[in-house]
Amino acid sequence: MATWRPDPSFYPSPRMAAKAPKETLAYVAAFDPDRQRPDAIAVVDVDPASSSYSQIVGQVDMPNVGDELHHFGWNACSSCLCPNAPHPHVERRYLVVPGLRSSRLHIIDTKPDPRKPEIVRVIEPEEVAERANYSRLHTIHCGPEGIYVNALADRDGKAPGGIFLLDHDSFDVLGQWEMDRGPQKLAYDFWWHLGHDTMITSEWGTPDTFENGLVPEVLLGSQYGRRLHFWDLHTRKHLQEIDFGEEHQLVFELRPAHDPTKAYGFVGCVISLKNLSASIWTWYREDNRWAVKKVIEIPAEPADPDLLPPVLKGFNAVAPLVTDIDLSMDDRFLYVSCWGTGDMIQYDVSDPLAPKETGRVRIGGIVARATHPKASNGRLNGGPQMVEISRDGKRVYFTNSLYGAIDPQFYPDGIDGWMVKLDVGDNGGIAFDETFFVDWPKGHLPHQVRLEGGDCSSDSYCYP
Amino acid sequence: MRGRRDCSEAEYELQGVWRCAVWQMTNLWPWLSLAGLGAFHGANPAMGWLFAVALGLHRQSARTVWLSLVPIALGHAVSIATVLAVVVAFEAVMDLRGLQLVAAAFILAFAAYLAIYGHRHRVRVGMRAGMAALAGWSFLMATSHGAGLMLVPSVLSLCLADQGGMAGSLPISLAAVAVHTGAMLAVIAAIALAVFSWLGLAGLRSAWINFDRLWILALGATGIILIVW
Repeated sequence: MATWRPDPSFYPSPRMAAKAPKETLAYVAAFDPDRQRPDAIAVVDVDPASSSYSQIVGQVDMPNVGDELHHFGWNACSSCLCPNAPHPHVERRYLVVPGLRSSRLHIIDTKPDPRKPEIVRVIEPEEVAERANYSRLHTIHCGPEGIYVNALADRDGKAPGGIFLLDHDSFDVLGQWEMDRGPQKLAYDFWWHLGHDTMITSEWGTPDTFENGLVPEVLLGSQYGRRLHFWDLHTRKHLQEIDFGEEHQLVFELRPAHDPTKAYGFVGCVISLKNLSASIWTWYREDNRWAVKKVIEIPAEPADPDLLPPVLKGFNAVAPLVTDIDLSMDDRFLYVSCWGTGDMIQYDVSDPLAPKETGRVRIGGIVARATHPKASNGRLNGGPQMVEISRDGKRVYFTNSLYGAIDPQFYPDGIDGWMVKLDVGDNGGIAFDETFFVDWPKGHLPHQVRLEGGDCSSDSYCYP
Repeated sequence: MRGRRDCSEAEYELQGVWRCAVWQMTNLWPWLSLAGLGAFHGANPAMGWLFAVALGLHRQSARTVWLSLVPIALGHAVSIATVLAVVVAFEAVMDLRGLQLVAAAFILAFAAYLAIYGHRHRVRVGMRAGMAALAGWSFLMATSHGAGLMLVPSVLSLCLADQGGMAGSLPISLAAVAVHTGAMLAVIAAIALAVFSWLGLAGLRSAWINFDRLWILALGATGIILIVW
């Protein structure tokens, strides 16, 4: 329903959003890797003043099994205030939750009781296939033309993957977003520079190369994604492709600067075929074209092969496996999840082409198995993965599972889910909140975290 | 129907007190309402002042704010002029009552459409918009929101009061567009200046009332005025 005034969680600029009130709840996607019981969106109490702080206080189960909940997003956000397509009188109220494996979309209402969200609509994969010709639904962003959903494959599970639109109000599938996709075939993440009318997409692979785990031959053959694609956000046409080269595989999470006047952003590359390092690249404008530069390289760490899973044994090293990154609202700190080594690294990226490390914690990790003060088990598995930052940049939350079929390739003895929180110093520096550790209930693994009212990867802004 | 300047006794009895009172105000109220609607349209952030401010902020230039107002006003003016041209063309071939009812039916249907389906459509213009794109954007926003439709009663009443027939309708319609757009331009300039220079955008969060809803109400009122006229 339309409202008389804009939703109070919409902010014209990232500067204003950074002054938003603290979140008290986090929504976390939780899935059953065995596909025996329904996946769920769990509600975690993140209010330190609450008696149930650091506990799961609510949960909504999906109506089916085997969805593989992964990423999700809000129906509406601060981009509703944009001057070219204004429609701010909607509520940030519904979570749009896709199943990566099932291609099913769930619309979940958080308003009647934020701790007891309810499913209000389920869009079956047939409807998505029929209207948009896509499947394997991945990332959600609210934006100028409605709710954008990307998909890793077409309806038959083949390339090309792409983006489609949902109506803001009815959640009806409106159809494919691209008008001219040029050479783009693979899909993974997408986001945009609203101030530069530019969409950016990244690449993973087709479902046959990940739904049963990563395929070593595909990886060593450099057949997974390694490109960025730049699009005109409004004509929906492909403008430019940048190939990171054969060495680089799996170009994942895109984090454009929140300030819409800035034309740069960061993307993580999971692995180098040359030395197993992970890297962070900055894209930026140069001579009226987009360009990229590798700004961070995180080396693999030598390790006793006895401690390594079969995929890494031959290398005598543990790869950092940067699988998620997130940028603080002031575009100052970039958080980098090293799911392999177990590090969460904070970089000062005030100069986007010359990041400086300002903080690092270690938890879990293929070899390190580092623990947490509040964990009862002294050897944690999994590693820092989906990371989310509060709007004021003071708190960072993350979970430890990557993807059902890939988790056992790197953590063969299984992953026990957890969610932790970091406190951030005023001028950088990160440390665990020793009182926050969610020992995830067995049977589910946690993935993406969304914070009440918005966070640092949920909203985009039209005003500086 | 043309040429009635005053209320005769017969007309008084025929049409009733209310119509007569309205009739006597004919000379002034249409101009006032055209200007008032111009101010109303201009105040709506979706009609352009907010876009001008945003472009000024992006390009860090007050000059951009001022320059942007011109194509925004122009696009708005072309949109309402198009609607009024259609109305004047129909006026030449239809009797007034018929035209009023047809216009009322169309406007009420349009208001109902907006109420049910809203204003969302393809977004074609973004923050890199040039002046021509901005004019096109303003034209589309005004047209899709039914800005010109709100002016129909005022313009019909002006044409009616004028004795010049079709030849007289044209200059009156142009004058109507000028008065409306002038008022709109004054308001968007005042708001854009105030927001860009002093107020900032934080106020949007609470002060941006739902103009879409107000517009649907205004369109509904416009249709009803045409029917009961």
